Parts: sequence; structure tokens; C-alpha cells
Amino acid sequence: MFRSLALPEYLATIDPVKCIRCKRCIQNCGWGVYSWGGDKVLINTSKCVNCLRCYHYCPEEAIEIRPNHTRYKPNACWGYNAIRNIKRQAETGGIPLTGMGSDLPYPILFDNLLIDACQVTNPSIDPLREPMELRTYLGKKPSKLEFVRGADGKPVLKTKMPPQIKLSLPLLFSPMSYGSISLNAQKVLAQAAHECGTVMNTGEGGLHEDLLPYRSNIIVQVASGRFGVNPDYLNAGVAVEIKIGQGAKPGIGGHLPGEKIPLDVARARMIPVGTDAISPAPQHDIYSIEDLRQLIYAIKETTGYKPVSVKIAAVHNVAAIASGIVRAGADIVYLDGFRGGTGAAPSIIRDHLGIPIEHAIAAVDDRLRQEGIRNEASIIAAGGIRSSADAAKAIALGADAVAIATAALITMGCTTCGKCYTGCCSWGITTQKPELTARLDPEIFAERLINLVHAWEHELKEILGALGINAIESLRGNRERLRGVGLDTQTLDILGVKPAGR
Amino acid sequence: MNHDYQKDISGCGLTGLISRKKKRISGGQIVKSLCLMTDHLYAFHVMYDDPEVRWSVEDHLKANYKIEKVEEIPTAPVKAIPISPLLMRYFVSPLKNKLVAEMQPDDFVVETVMKVNSEISGAYIFSSGKNMGAFKGVGNPAEIAEFFRIDEYEGWTWTAHTRFPTNTPGWWGGAHPFTLLDWSIVHNGEISSYGINKRYLEMYGYKLTLLTDTEVATYMLDLLIRRHGLDIRTACQALAAPFWKNIDAKDEAGREAFTALRQVYGSALLNGPFSILFGHSNGLVGINDRIKLRPLVAATKDDLVYMASEESAIRAICPKPEKVWTPRAGEPVIVEFE
Repeated sequence: MFRSLALPEYLATIDPVKCIRCKRCIQNCGWGVYSWGGDKVLINTSKCVNCLRCYHYCPEEAIEIRPNHTRYKPNACWGYNAIRNIKRQAETGGIPLTGMGSDLPYPILFDNLLIDACQVTNPSIDPLREPMELRTYLGKKPSKLEFVRGADGKPVLKTKMPPQIKLSLPLLFSPMSYGSISLNAQKVLAQAAHECGTVMNTGEGGLHEDLLPYRSNIIVQVASGRFGVNPDYLNAGVAVEIKIGQGAKPGIGGHLPGEKIPLDVARARMIPVGTDAISPAPQHDIYSIEDLRQLIYAIKETTGYKPVSVKIAAVHNVAAIASGIVRAGADIVYLDGFRGGTGAAPSIIRDHLGIPIEHAIAAVDDRLRQEGIRNEASIIAAGGIRSSADAAKAIALGADAVAIATAALITMGCTTCGKCYTGCCSWGITTQKPELTARLDPEIFAERLINLVHAWEHELKEILGALGINAIESLRGNRERLRGVGLDTQTLDILGVKPAGR
Repeated sequence: MNHDYQKDISGCGLTGLISRKKKRISGGQIVKSLCLMTDHLYAFHVMYDDPEVRWSVEDHLKANYKIEKVEEIPTAPVKAIPISPLLMRYFVSPLKNKLVAEMQPDDFVVETVMKVNSEISGAYIFSSGKNMGAFKGVGNPAEIAEFFRIDEYEGWTWTAHTRFPTNTPGWWGGAHPFTLLDWSIVHNGEISSYGINKRYLEMYGYKLTLLTDTEVATYMLDLLIRRHGLDIRTACQALAAPFWKNIDAKDEAGREAFTALRQVYGSALLNGPFSILFGHSNGLVGINDRIKLRPLVAATKDDLVYMASEESAIRAICPKPEKVWTPRAGEPVIVEFE
């Protein structure tokens, strides 16, 4: 039998004394680590991904998943991953795939930014006693308004407002397609979005009919594969998003392996069962900014002028690109930092292309202001938002709202093991196998995601209160209330943030 | 740029009074008055940290304006103010040929103020109105009044301010009021949203050079009222916006109007504790932040309306007002001439 020379990453172990041979681990593991050997559980540890499903479902706490301490000879240049990847590539000749966002130790600038607080002269505000407003509207805003006085002397709006997406808080769920995640996972997102007054995004996989009741909390996406796109689909949600790129894989298209395309996914995507759904790298009708403008307006014409969002990966020239997108007529620019997650991407792309979201927000917000068009579009920032503090910092840098996906999946059991592309997710999230997806009860897990959103909502209100402001718009772009620690002068300049102590 | 941390500690407070019938109220003895100014002349009050800077400013003014009169702002020797910047005033009108295309004289004057204050180091235009003059400096209020011989002026609206500088430096340019054209602002409090208010104004060409949060209120009112054409009440409702729960409870037209106001002017919301007196050609406005974290009291007597941080300040000059009230959070007191 072929045995890989790439070291197993984890050692799954079962304490033979504690084990009662209930075989729950065999049943729960989606990767086939465990099998029954007649009198005991056999372990094929090279298949273990450390998703901890077995650990949580072992009634006797007999299972332990340890990191494999067996290592190649220490070498400061040829690290463990470098050697292991070469061995894997030598054995397969392929491009190693991965899921989730990059796990390499690039600097995370959010961790070098600190938020201000009030003392003495500007009183902090107690969110438990005073109103604290997080309501956010996404969409194009005119630069000024005209009013006329009504008969009763009250102002009547004369300016026609472009359509807006109303959010109860500056947070939404990032696009994750049906196919890359299970229908149950999408239902969790839809129910939570509905309950929390925000929106989820279909990703590029079309729209399953079960989600139609939540259409006022859904943004539908059009990507290069155009899966499931037709006029009904475009009109099904509150807005349409054109996906140009994704932070985890800038410059390449989506990849959904045929293993994850059973009948239902195939129907939503309008493709044959079991075929790989490979989205082209570019949109084949967009080779210039004028082409993008045509698509934006074609969609607007189809939808009666619903807001159109354009999602791009944060790349080196992101500011100029975003400016072009705004001028092309987009209502929302969705920026996805290089740490953003993915269901499947070549690890070489995920780990080495793009720029962090922090730089991208600052550069785009600055550019749109310099050009006097910041009001023309809202900015959504995504790609590595781990907490309400990250969200607050992203908003202070200039985002209108943040989008989360990994954090939402973690509420469903995800441990960021990064094997989403295999379709074997033991938690029933990134799989289409009915025996696995059945584990994810939408009702139960929607409750957890709602809890998370409410918890972050409370935390954001506490942060605003400490800042002495009672509306989110006073934090948005207010870089004066951020300070950098351990950042070089140039980075501070790019972020438009002063160093701590100044 | 001279903004050493000069601090004269006095309390924070502001006072304003206005005659609705436009009766001139003296700062003391009538000797000289603001009637030097006529309707077509702007008065630039300029302070120079270094007298040499004067020539570059005057070169700029000569190239762009017809200068009717140049003089030092009259001051009196005050023991407590041994040194001061050079203080000059110029009565000017923009040269017609400089007003290209549709440009209005007011826009031209704003451009000049922004240019001088941001590009010429050590020079500050601190007053640029047609019908309004500002006097300010570092010292106790009584000393500053004596220094500028305030009792020799008369006007139908007066505002005054004293400050205990905390979060931003106390320096001559940074003293109140902050003015632009005929807008004059005195402010007590702290604008915690300053960072975004500043960036929003910069998008419309304003340059914030005076190192203090109050500046944003002045330029914001100029932007909203003069350039965007909002009326004063609506502009005040953008600066101290109603809460969403109150907007949601309005009738459909009201909900639509105020929702749009907050959507479009979110970056103009002044958030944090403040009371502001805002004087302009047609009247005086007092406004508080949306949860009234700073005091503001108003009173009337005959045709006079008083507004101050504290009632005692009003009673000091008007012992028996007819009516005294505390305006509600975020609800502007708008006084216009009859």
C-alpha cells in the first residue's frame, strides 16, 4: 500500500482503558480516521485533520488529538511546512489545496492598533443607560440633500435617495456558496441574518428555494461561473454582488470539486451532477472598467435599480481599482483582505497573493475621499475579522461595515482545520454528504450565531460608549481615535493613524 | 508655527446675547464701531506669529483683492499680556477678474482663508466676515477684553468664550471664536467625532489647521448652510441628529426626511459633549449635543435673548430676565432678527 512520506500532522490517540468501544468516534469522523478492528478502534492518524469532532462526541473523554512532535531535522530555512509540501507535491504532482484563510504568521495590523477611551473632559457614555446606535445603511449617498418646507413647516425631502440596505449593526455575513457549504449552513446564516437585522450572501452557487423566505436578508452573487444566474435569481434578494475576486485567491476563479455536487447543488447551480464547477479566473465579459460598468447597469436594469456591490480581493493597487469601481456605478465596494477564508484554494495562492485588509481599507477610504467620491459607495471590509474589536478598528479605518464568514462557521462547530475542500467536514458545514450535513441543525446553530452577533453588538456599543460617542457614524473613518503600537512610520502614514503617545 | 502650550487657567464657559430689533449693544463706550465695514467689504483679521510673514500675506491679498484699508487692530497695553502676535486687519473686496466662472465672492474668500491658514506658516486669518469681527487671544477674559478695547465696539449680537484648555493646546490662533465669513462659533465641550468630521470637511476642500475640534463646527455650518443650502434648523439637526427611535416614530414624510439626513450627513454629526453658540448675519443659534452633556441656558428680556453655559452668567448682565429656560438636548434655539 502507498504510504506518504509527508509526516502526519496530528496523532489521534484513544486511551484503551477509558474507551468503552461505543464506536461513536468511527461514526462521527468524516475523514475515516477510525475503523473497527473487532475488539478495538483502529486509528489511521495520517487522515486526522484535528477537527475535534470525535473528541467532543466521545462520551468517556478517551480521545486526545496531539500535534505530531516528530519533526524533520530543525532547519531555520527549510522549515517543516516547506519540506512537507515538497514531499506531497513529489508524490502527487498537483497543486496542494487548502481551505480557510492563511495561517502563516504574517503581521496582523489589527493587533497593532489600540482604540481610544474617554477620561474626565469628554464623558464616556453608558450603553446600558443611554441610546447607542449601530444602524448602518449601505449604498450610494448623494453628496447633499434638498428639502422643501411642508405646509406644517416640517422639512420634506426633495432629493431622490438611491436604494439602501438597512442593517441593524455594521456587520453582515460574507458570501459562501451552496456547494462550498451545506444548505443547512446557509439556513443558519439566513435565519441569523433575519433575526439580527443583517444580510447573508449566496456566494456564487445560486439560490436554493428553501432560502426564499429570507429574501429580504439575502444578497445574491454573480461570479465568473454565472452559476444559477437568471432574472429571478437577480431579483431574489435585496442587492446583487458582482464577484471579481476573493481575498484568499486573488486572480483565480472558484473551484468546487465534483464530489461536492449532488443533485440539489447541481440544480441550484444549473450544472450536471458530479461535474467540477470551475469558475473562470476573470469574468469573461469584463476585460476593462467599461465592461464592469456595463454589467453593473445591466444588473440594475434587470432589478429595477437595486444596489450593486462589487467584491474584489485586496491587491497592491486596490485604491485605484476601487475608485474605478465606484465611478463605474457600484453602490458598494466589498474589499476582501488576503487573510480571508475560502472553501478551496491553492495554498500557494492563498498564502502569497494580495494585501492585508487593514492597508486596503485605509488606502481605499483615503483615495475615495481625495477624489471626493467617498459618498458614492459604501465600503464593506472582510478577510480576518475575528472579534468586535477588529470590526471597530476596521470601521475606524474607514469601512462602513464588516463581513464575517469564518467567525460564523466557528459558531457551527468549525475549528478552522482548513480541509473544507475535501467535502468531508465532520461538522456538516463544508460538505454535501447527507449523513454529515444532517448533523447541522439549522434551528440550533442559528441560535448560536445569533448569540455571537448579539454579543458583538453589545461589545461594539461598549466600545462606542468608552469613546464617548453614541452613533456608529462617528466612529466610521474616525482614525483620530486609533493609535498604533509597534508600527513603523510608513505603515502609520498609510493607515493615517498616529503612534500611541501622540 | 507657534502653538506652545500657553495655558491661562480659567473656567470653561460661553455667553451670547442678541437684540432681535437690531439695536446696537455696546461693549462699553461707543467710540469706534464695526460700521467701518460696509456690505461689500470683507474684514480680514490676521495674526502673525512673526511680523515678517505679514509681507507674504499682503502680497497674496494685493494680488487678489482691492484693499480699502489696512490697520493694526487697536489694542491697549495690558500688564498680563506682555507679548502678542502682530494683529492686523484688512478691509477688502475680491478683484472682479479673479472670480472665474460661477465663483461667488464668499467662495473666493473661503479659498483665501484656507490657503493662508494652511500654506503660510505663522499667519492666521481669524476673522473674515462682512458684518462680523472676532477678537481672541490667550489671557483671562477681562484682560483680553481690555487688550482689544472691546468696550469701544458696538454690535447687535455678541458672543464670548472662556476656556480651561485641556485636550488641545491653548494658543492665540486656537482661542475662540472660530469664524469663517459671517459664521462665528464659540463652543464649550469636546467633539469626540472630530476625526471623521475633519476628514469629511477635507473632502470639500476645507483645511483644518487650528488644532482644535471647534473649527469643524464652523466649517460644517458653512458647508451645510451656505454651500449645500440647508436651512439653519435642518443643519442643526444634522449636527445634533435625532435618535433613530425618534425618527422611526415620525410620520412618513418626517421619517423619510430625517432618515436621509442621517444617511447623507452621518459624517457631519457632532458627537460628544458640546454647547455651541453660532452667530451669523441673520441671528444667533444655540445648540447642545444630542444627549446634553454640556449645559446651555437661554433667557429673554424685552427684545434681548441671552444664552450661556450657566444661568448665573446671564443674571450677571441681566438680573431680572422675563423668561429663563433650559433648551432640550439637540434642540436648537434659533433667534432671528425681526
